Amino acid sequence: MPNQKNSLSRRQVLATTAVGVAAAASGSIAMPSVLRAQGAPVKLGVLHPVTGALSYSGQQGRLGTTMAIEEINAAGGIKGLGKIDAVLGDAQSTPDGGTAEVEKMNSANVVCVVGGYASNICLATTQAAARYELPYVVDVGVADGIVTRGLKNTFRFGPGFGVISKTALTNLAAINDQAGKPAKTVMIVHEDTLFGSGLAKLLNAQLPQQGFEILETIPHPTPTRDFNNVVLKIKAQNPDLVIPANYYNEYVLLARTMQQQQVKTKGIYSVLGGAASSYKFVKEFPEAARYIMDCNHWFDPRNEKALALKKKIEAKDQFYTYEVYMNYSCVYLIADALERAGAADRAKLTDALASSTFSGHLMPYGSTKFVNGQNEGAAPVNTQVLDNDIKVVLPATFANAKPVFPRPA
Amino acid sequence: MLSSAILIPAVLNGLLIGAIYALVALGLTLIYGVLHIINFAHGALLSAALFAAFFSFRLLGLDPYVAVFLLAPMFFVIGYTLQRFIIGPASHGDDRNMLLVTLGIAVVVENALLYAFRADTRTIDVPYAFQTIDVGWTFLAIPRMVGFVAAFAVALTLWLLMTFTDVGRAIRAVAKEKLGAELAGIDVGHIYAVTFGLGTACVAIAACLLIPTYYVNPHVGDAFVLVAFTIVVLGGMGSVPGALIGALLVGVVESLSGLFLGESLGQIGIFLIFIAVLLVRPSGLFGARA
Repeated sequence: MPNQKNSLSRRQVLATTAVGVAAAASGSIAMPSVLRAQGAPVKLGVLHPVTGALSYSGQQGRLGTTMAIEEINAAGGIKGLGKIDAVLGDAQSTPDGGTAEVEKMNSANVVCVVGGYASNICLATTQAAARYELPYVVDVGVADGIVTRGLKNTFRFGPGFGVISKTALTNLAAINDQAGKPAKTVMIVHEDTLFGSGLAKLLNAQLPQQGFEILETIPHPTPTRDFNNVVLKIKAQNPDLVIPANYYNEYVLLARTMQQQQVKTKGIYSVLGGAASSYKFVKEFPEAARYIMDCNHWFDPRNEKALALKKKIEAKDQFYTYEVYMNYSCVYLIADALERAGAADRAKLTDALASSTFSGHLMPYGSTKFVNGQNEGAAPVNTQVLDNDIKVVLPATFANAKPVFPRPA
Repeated sequence: MLSSAILIPAVLNGLLIGAIYALVALGLTLIYGVLHIINFAHGALLSAALFAAFFSFRLLGLDPYVAVFLLAPMFFVIGYTLQRFIIGPASHGDDRNMLLVTLGIAVVVENALLYAFRADTRTIDVPYAFQTIDVGWTFLAIPRMVGFVAAFAVALTLWLLMTFTDVGRAIRAVAKEKLGAELAGIDVGHIYAVTFGLGTACVAIAACLLIPTYYVNPHVGDAFVLVAFTIVVLGGMGSVPGALIGALLVGVVESLSGLFLGESLGQIGIFLIFIAVLLVRPSGLFGARA
């Protein structure tokens, strides 16, 4: 159709589209974050990606954090310091978004920041916080670079890539050996940011040492709209095992497409699989989820407090995901350190976190012990979807079921 | 490794996903063709339509293929209302204002969805979601086949509507010469709103065809809208056949480049073709020459 006087040329359209997309990508058109400053003595920065591609995980993280804060405040707050005032921030699923929020939180005089969720966000936000000597407790971010840069302010409660991949491979070898070594070949499907790529690199280095042949490693972006081609490649090479390392939505799409294309492997063994240890996935797609194994963050199934929180979360019609209980634990860890520090002071809190021996959390880690910012006791567990539920299968100390491998036909 | 056993299914997959892109792009190109605005709210409206399809299934028990007959008219009304009472009046006749107003609507819709439904990813489980047709080289998912047929049906319906009906003639008249159409007695405001409504109805149809095999969250539309913009420019802005053929081409190119270059670099193929086509045909594959 011919252009009108008042219409736009193709060049204008392209330019305007690019500006719009860039604006959207940079988050400049997103809603402003909600900051709550109520003048309470202890301001805690709560930072998660609650909008954008990682928003589900971010909102779950925020849920765990705010529940812990509400509980602590309902019990009178931190001894000697009073109630916690949550200063909420949205990283908008990008490192830049996270960094901007740290700047705002610093201006709001928070004593500590908790959260971050994704590795690439945590790398940026911990560094931004370090400039202000602002203590930062990483909830989930698993890239080892987060705690190996010598940042004195950074403390990671959960395990990192190194420990996770080592545990995952040791346990995979144990499960495979126990079953008579039916699995010899592997394909890795991973998302292509720091989390998935870093993990894939480690798996590529370590799997051959455990006697597995890697047929192919397939990276994919987040979000990915279609997994048919990935599944075609899997089908053509027919590996014994598929190892996915990606976020929830992509994990579900991959598993559903594998079911749709009738791909029968001996097993799906995830390492930090986005949905493999998710009650939501098991509830909504029990067929696709059945017998999937995962090495992931998981609560201590013998911990009464963890089970009580599970009931509370489910009563809110939410799923009890690792983001919830890890963030919940992080807040209690900070509260304990603040109580010992005796003041809402960043330097004192940093020292108190560094010497923390906190055991009131929900994870199977034992008492916290930070070495160069990493909680040394943190480790993942192996789970498997059995009887439409998620069971812990390794380590034996926490297990409530035995692994079923290879997957029954 | 890339034998015909993989290549042929990859091309078929590309065509099937391209059909879904076509449904999203058809609405966009229609709105551009007449209103000459880039509708930045298109992705947010797709997310809203996916939520509508989701809740029609969950709350009313309506299969998405039945719900489409309810949601397409409903989204037509939503689109009509948006253009007639918000975009039109707020833009004061300036195309550039319209862009900003649609951008504003996108922010409001996405955040309203986020506020109302949180960022949870939701899916529906219909019995045919995993059903496939064995065509020898591969299994073709039945929901994707339905989407493919529907894309052609919608494109054909739009073409017939534009070519043979009074509304279509009025739309074409407004697109060609707004002042002339107004002098001839055509209610331009109404035609603008009808066009926006039709574009939004296309989004609702795309949502109903997508939901059986995809998921919904407040940002899900973003994954489709950038590729839809590319298709609109590639196919020729305002061209219905251009959007359809452009979408199928983009689907196949994305699929094959994903196969050869890896999924992470799959988009590169789309933009290489995009640049190549625009170098040779600046107005797009089916665009009218200026």
